[in-house]
Amino acid sequence: MTADRALTALTIAEARDGLKARKFSALELAEAHIARMAEMRGLNAFITETPDAARKAAAAADARLAKGEGRELEGVPLGIKDLFCTDGVMTTAASKILDGFTPPYESTVSQKLWDAGAVMLGKTNLDEFAMGSSNTTSHFGPVHNPWQRKGDNRPLVPGGSSGGSAAAVAAGLCPGATATDTGGSIRQPAAFCGVAGLKPTYGRCSRWGIVAFASSLDQAGPIARTVRDTAIMLTHMSGFDAKDSTSVDRPVPDFEAACAKPVKGLRVGIPAEYRMDGMNPRIEQLWQQGIDWLKDAGMQPVEISLPHTKYALPVYYILAPAEASSNLARYDGVRYGLRAEGKDLREMYEETRGQGFGAEVRRRILIGTYVLSAGYYDAYYLKAQKVRSLIARDFAQAFEKCDVILTPTAPGAAFAIGEKQDDPIAMYLNDVFTVPASLAGLPGISVPAGLDGDGLPLGLQLIGRAFDEETVIASAQAIEDRAAFKLTTLGDA
Amino acid sequence: MPRTLQGNTGEWELVIGMEVHAQVSSNAKLFSGAATAFGAEPNTQVSLVDAAMPGMLPVINGYCVEQAVRTGLGLKAQINLRSVFDRKNYFYPDLPQGYQISQFTQPVVGKGEVAIEVDGEERRIGITRLHLEQDAGKSVHDMAPDATFVDLNRSGVALMEIVSEPDIRSPEEAGAYLTKLRAILRYLGTCDGNMEEGSMRADVNVSVRRPGEGYGTRCEIKNVNSIRFVQQAIMYEAQRQIDLIESGGKVVQETRLFDANKGETRSMRSKEEAHDYRYFPDPDLLPLELDAAWVEKIKAGLPELPDEKAKRFQDALGLTADIAGQLVAEREIADYFEQVAKSRDAKIAANWVTGELFRYLNDKGLAIGKSPVSASALGGLIDLIADGTVSNRLAKDVFDEMAASGKDAATVVDEKGLRQISDTGAIEAAVDQAIAQGAKQVEQYRGGNEKILGWFVGQVMKATGGKANPATVNEILRKKLSG
Repeated sequence: MTADRALTALTIAEARDGLKARKFSALELAEAHIARMAEMRGLNAFITETPDAARKAAAAADARLAKGEGRELEGVPLGIKDLFCTDGVMTTAASKILDGFTPPYESTVSQKLWDAGAVMLGKTNLDEFAMGSSNTTSHFGPVHNPWQRKGDNRPLVPGGSSGGSAAAVAAGLCPGATATDTGGSIRQPAAFCGVAGLKPTYGRCSRWGIVAFASSLDQAGPIARTVRDTAIMLTHMSGFDAKDSTSVDRPVPDFEAACAKPVKGLRVGIPAEYRMDGMNPRIEQLWQQGIDWLKDAGMQPVEISLPHTKYALPVYYILAPAEASSNLARYDGVRYGLRAEGKDLREMYEETRGQGFGAEVRRRILIGTYVLSAGYYDAYYLKAQKVRSLIARDFAQAFEKCDVILTPTAPGAAFAIGEKQDDPIAMYLNDVFTVPASLAGLPGISVPAGLDGDGLPLGLQLIGRAFDEETVIASAQAIEDRAAFKLTTLGDA
Repeated sequence: MPRTLQGNTGEWELVIGMEVHAQVSSNAKLFSGAATAFGAEPNTQVSLVDAAMPGMLPVINGYCVEQAVRTGLGLKAQINLRSVFDRKNYFYPDLPQGYQISQFTQPVVGKGEVAIEVDGEERRIGITRLHLEQDAGKSVHDMAPDATFVDLNRSGVALMEIVSEPDIRSPEEAGAYLTKLRAILRYLGTCDGNMEEGSMRADVNVSVRRPGEGYGTRCEIKNVNSIRFVQQAIMYEAQRQIDLIESGGKVVQETRLFDANKGETRSMRSKEEAHDYRYFPDPDLLPLELDAAWVEKIKAGLPELPDEKAKRFQDALGLTADIAGQLVAEREIADYFEQVAKSRDAKIAANWVTGELFRYLNDKGLAIGKSPVSASALGGLIDLIADGTVSNRLAKDVFDEMAASGKDAATVVDEKGLRQISDTGAIEAAVDQAIAQGAKQVEQYRGGNEKILGWFVGQVMKATGGKANPATVNEILRKKLSG
């Protein structure tokens, strides 16, 4: 059965409204997406597909809709990054060590989406334990970007770590998907796949039930095809959770309404430090284009300085591995997940963790263990924490002069699978523009803005004040309106 | 009591510091809602958080924090309004997270002190800090020859680690310190102090030095679970170190285990083998911020603690320091005593409690809570002595009968016919009989041997079954013998 592309091309807002108006049923919508998932299985965007559960949930949604009891996302099908624990559905973090693990509990964020009526299509692929910028470290194989270079059919990476979510959304396998962002894992794959990805303020969404990578940075957020759709999803993902001590108890605004918030008169900060030597001229050009679009919307560009930007990447690659080395200690073969036999306890640990974790995860555990070790802690971890404060202060000072900051999302477009694989530093550089906001805990969005010379999508990033997602959304909407970016020919090539 | 040990080459001074792990009396764990009851079936009190399932997060139990603050206030310690939880990283099957959540650089409670008294000399033992941390689970190695079983019931239970300064100088002081600390915890109700069930355990740091010199190299003896064992372990370890040094060896800093069966300590791991715990602030938890007014409120609600109570017993009730000390050793004893002493002579009440009652309870190995003689029953007996119904001497028999039968004093006195005879007629008859039988003794008395009076008293008491009022007997005897 070929997928009904009219249904799989719908945005969340359109699907929601169409369902409410009974133009199509939730089951029809689910079936279209299930067929599309099967059609596009070559992308490897999903680790686990849950078509039966989706049909069942869709039928229940139709029953509610028929009674006029539809909730805000009633019948809207979504992908869930396989880092969110889902009750009764295998949750792997794309790691061999959790292959076959089925949690008996549901993450707070996914539960909120189900409570709003959304329907799960399956669990999307990712970099193992969300560690990566290319979605090539997954135990379940790399995800292919639905986009390809003009005249070149080599498969490209979708970015990472939420590569499965971004590719699935871009190729119409689902209108939206949950994702998580630690150093850029929502925004960078969104940019690579030509979709929108919104990382909210740290503390906006509960981390309960999300497999932890780096606790002080991890934050859930949506990937969808439009800014409005990310706003709709975020509204139903956010909120205080007593089970997460770092979630913040403050009201959740109607983020969708923020799409219509006037931006005229707002000041947009352009950080001098993000103009890097040797930057792709197309990206520089697109950045200028973004400034012009925002000027056109009535916003006023201002030069700002974020002087500690150059330290952000090294700081991130100390702090995130440090936390990861501790967070991943629980995967020890004792209680759940993979256990490899050993002649004694120590060998069991070594074999389990040696076989269960992939190379990138092992690398980060080693880095993290090193920087926390006696004698190195002060020089690395503590120093990095201090610099992190300085980076946050940079932003605080910048936001005295501006209301939102505009930067490119990533230094380049999607690259081919296998490229940069041997050079971790080159790989880490993908996050150079996204990591600073992560370290400062600030909300950021990547919005598709244009294509590069090879016809690949490029994104622009907007960064806002803490808990001011609304200004971020409003400004992103202004860019989206003017960029008129089209998700054409996606994956059908 | 000398606080030094004599070696072959001279005197040695012991330097002892203690880390006491006290389980917070709380129905729920430090970071999860799971129950904490002792003795439950293995792995029946384990939440998703305690088992460290993927994506689970700790949430601080406010009640445990309050108990830690109460304890800190009871130790007259500084309360840190901002403290931080850290992760202590190491791998072990009974540590599901792969780290223990503890407090490393910024504990909730800072410096305080505990006053102890050994052989009439008061000393103050400094408290370095008190911090909150999670307990680990339990590894069971003896259920199968080739497997270890893990019970996570204890995993995540709240502990207070109370660290002392190296101010302790003898096993006796160590015992006094633990006894006092346990009493304070029990008065506060923050830990039941039950060492048998493991709700209080001690790590003991021991080193030796020549008096007046700097600290020697210490060894840490882990997880000692009774006061007696602590004292034994210290004695053994101090002697071992002295012997080692005197025979030309050097003490190596290490962690040791105390083997209660053999009464000795054994090396567990050396400093080189010590874990690098890679402490860092737990990013899942915000720093713990306390409100000064909240702390003040807890302070205002603290019960009277043993030292204050002992002082009041001395100042207001006129008890000796020794008796007061015995009475305040446990809150239940102090409460019992105060109930007995209420509107009665406090000294008499104290003598009965620390005398007959303690003797009986010690004989039977009973705690005061299990005493068959209630505080009001003992008070009833004291009342019967005061109003002359029963003699002091017979009162002890009445007490034993009360303890054996559970009856009150008046019933025992009536049933056993132990009512004191103050009737002068009956006593006179017995006196006359004694005088008649003791012609020789009468002669001695009249010859100036006043001490012989005791012989007559004995005769009269024998004749009256001990029930004669001694004062009346004396009075009548003197009158008749002089006549």
